[in-house]
Amino acid sequence: MKKIYLIIIFGFLYIPILTLIALSFNRSGLPTSWGGFSTEWYVQLFQNEKIFKALFNTVIVATISTLIAGILGTLLAMGMEIKKSNKFVEATAFIPMIIPDIVLAIALLSFFTLLQLTLGLHSIIMSHVVFNTAFVCAVVRTRFKYFDHNIIEASYDLGGKYTITFIKIIFPIILPGVIAGCLLSFTLSFDEFIIAFFTAGAGSSSTTLPMLIYSMIRFGVTPEINALSTFIILFSFIIVLISQRSVKGKLLI
Amino acid sequence: MFNNKLVLPGLVWISLFLLIPCLIVFTYSFFERGVYGGIEYNFNFENYTRSFKWTYFKILLTSGQIAFISASVAVFIGFPAAYFITKFDSKIQIFLLFFIMLPFWSNYLIRTYSWMVLLNNQGLINNALIQIGIIEEPIRMLYTKFSVVVGLVYNYLPFVVLSIYASLSTMNKEVIEASEDLGGNFFNTLFRIIVPMCLPGIVAGFIFVFVLSIGNFITPDLLGGGRFLMIGNLIYDQFLSARDWPFGSSLSLILVIIMLSLLFLQSLILARKK
Repeated sequence: MKKIYLIIIFGFLYIPILTLIALSFNRSGLPTSWGGFSTEWYVQLFQNEKIFKALFNTVIVATISTLIAGILGTLLAMGMEIKKSNKFVEATAFIPMIIPDIVLAIALLSFFTLLQLTLGLHSIIMSHVVFNTAFVCAVVRTRFKYFDHNIIEASYDLGGKYTITFIKIIFPIILPGVIAGCLLSFTLSFDEFIIAFFTAGAGSSSTTLPMLIYSMIRFGVTPEINALSTFIILFSFIIVLISQRSVKGKLLI
Repeated sequence: MFNNKLVLPGLVWISLFLLIPCLIVFTYSFFERGVYGGIEYNFNFENYTRSFKWTYFKILLTSGQIAFISASVAVFIGFPAAYFITKFDSKIQIFLLFFIMLPFWSNYLIRTYSWMVLLNNQGLINNALIQIGIIEEPIRMLYTKFSVVVGLVYNYLPFVVLSIYASLSTMNKEVIEASEDLGGNFFNTLFRIIVPMCLPGIVAGFIFVFVLSIGNFITPDLLGGGRFLMIGNLIYDQFLSARDWPFGSSLSLILVIIMLSLLFLQSLILARKK
């Protein structure tokens, strides 16, 4: 009974994904009929310059916003855990995770428009840092569960300076959380569509991959999308696997 | 070194790019749309009274209805999954949970698109049903409320399973045995012991799906095909096509208020539990 039920649930979760992967190798390119095995759509995918341009933009946005959020989020988590935090800080660090995407998107568009800021990749990065910081902070905070605050005192008593204490004591303990948080942040930013869509501005120079995928799905599906989806699915799964390893603390301690 | 200067950079960033933008939206919601789509700084509550006119209120109700159905379905099918997972060895439990969560990490657009492929009139599900002989003509499944609910449940189910599992796994197993020893049958034990005890997980899962569904834009847009609007689509339209930013702002604010009241409700339920 329990096995049958779980098989059905796993079927529900994985059949759609597996269908896309299977279709990416379908010569006919149609979801309706199997035209034999082919890697034709992958060849087409690699010849599509738009996709590479969008991928490049996405990697830039995800990398820079993760670097900034990695620092801000880690500091935020340390400040909240080592010193006492208050309700305002807690709420501010929590809101970006729960605010509906569309609301943050229109709020940022209003803000940038009011400031008359030219939109582009930089405005997407600034926007992504908001939610990425909150997620990095949340993940790093979970590492403090394993943290015995007495060791900071011990380090001071033994004559360790603040910097030494941070480098030798605190950072190694929270590092797996920082890595996991940054990987999560990278994935979120890599996949994020609505906020990027609103803060990218007109013109195609700052189109990100999710924006391109959206227009491919919404306005005329091409079979290449299945091949592209397969790549993105595998890519996300690899990142999750790495992140899973680092949260378990296999990297350190 | 460790005073709260550490939190400052993060707080400043979030304040600058979230709190202030939200305050701007809040202010805009009391103004009017200008002739060419700008903002006319003329204070009134017109946008809010307009939001509750039937044309728009209907959209709000539809959004609530779809969010409610999706959240209920997700909890209804997620609860047994979480419960059955706890019946395995603890090593297998981690393994199963990992694979429940895995799809959750792949791209949302792609996961939604996969259901467009499956639910299409010429899609796999219709084809399979015709082949088996259950139906003769394809059933229209895509671009209906049904397909939107399927998409939302699919996307958020992993989290529901996880949150119910988290509650179940902290539960004292002896209480269940006690109930069985005292002659409680399966359904008695389930509804009088297990469900009340893992209520926090169920509520958290339900509210998570509800909140993410009611303000959703992508799923109703792709799987609803624009045949009916949800509040997220309405906000999108106000900002990008109708260019009535003040009205869009008031709708956003209503959405945020709904969301915050639900989270407040959740904290009340959890507080009562303790």
